[in-house]
Amino acid sequence: MTNFAINVESFKRVDLVTVAGRVDSSNASELDTALQSLLDNNRNNIVLDLSQVTYMSSAGLRAVVSALRESKKNGGDLRLASPSERVLEVLELSGLNTLFEKFDDLTHAVGSF
Amino acid sequence: MSRKRSTVFPGRYELIGQICDFVLAGASEAGFDPDATFQVNLACDEACTNIIEHAYNGEDNGEIFVSWEIRDNSFIITLHDNGEPFDPAAVPKPVIPTDPAQINQLQVGGLGLHLMRKVMDDVHFRFDDNGNVVIMTKRLPPRSAPAPRPPAAPAPQEQEET
Repeated sequence: MTNFAINVESFKRVDLVTVAGRVDSSNASELDTALQSLLDNNRNNIVLDLSQVTYMSSAGLRAVVSALRESKKNGGDLRLASPSERVLEVLELSGLNTLFEKFDDLTHAVGSF
Repeated sequence: MSRKRSTVFPGRYELIGQICDFVLAGASEAGFDPDATFQVNLACDEACTNIIEHAYNGEDNGEIFVSWEIRDNSFIITLHDNGEPFDPAAVPKPVIPTDPAQINQLQVGGLGLHLMRKVMDDVHFRFDDNGNVVIMTKRLPPRSAPAPRPPAAPAPQEQEET
C-alpha cells in the first residue's frame, strides 16, 4: 500500500500539490493544512495531483472542497489532475464531481492557469 | 450457514484503517469484487469516523466494537460504541450544487452518512443501554451460474484394470 504523502511544488502562476496513499480522517487535516497554507499566502491557483491516491473518505473530500471554495472566493481555482479511479468514484458518489475542473494529465492541468 | 467474526479497537482515527482491514477480510470471504470491497471500506471508515467524532467527541474516549457476518445473502457489519447517543435524523443532509458558480451554497455536513447510505443496501442505527449500534448490510454478489453441460458423449466402455 502507498503511504500517505503530500508534496507541494511552486511555479510562477500555480502551485502543484501532489497527494499519495490513503486519505482519511487520520490524515485529512494534513492535506487541509497544506492547502490552507497556500491560500493564506495568497496562492490561489492550485493543481491537485490525485493520481496516486488509493482511497479518499469524506474527511479528505472536505479538505479539498474547502480549499476549492476558498480559492474561488479569492479569484483563483483548484483543479484536479488525473484523479485516480477511487477518487473519481467517491467524487461521483458524493455528487461533488461537477464542481471540479479535471484534467487527464499534469501538463494540461498546470498549463490551464 | 453463517460466518461471524468480532473484535474491538480503541476509538482512534489512526486505527480506522485497521478496523476496516478487519472488515475487508470478511468482504473478501463474502466474494465481493474490488468495487464493492472499496464501498465496504468507505462505509466502515465513515461509520468509525462518526463514532469517534460524534459519539465519543474525540479520540481515545472509548472503544469501537466491530463485527462482520455473512448470513443468508448478506454481508452485515455491526459497529457498537459506548458513547453519547447519535441521532442520524439530526444530521443535516449535504447541500451540493451542480453548478460550480453556486459553490457558496455548498454544505458538506452529513457527507459521511450520505456516503454510507449510498454504498450499502441498508444502514440502521439504534441506541440502547450500552450505547449506539449501527448495522450496515450489503447484499452478496450473485453466485455465477454453473456452466452449461456439454452434450452427453457416448459412454466409454468400462474396462477393468488388471
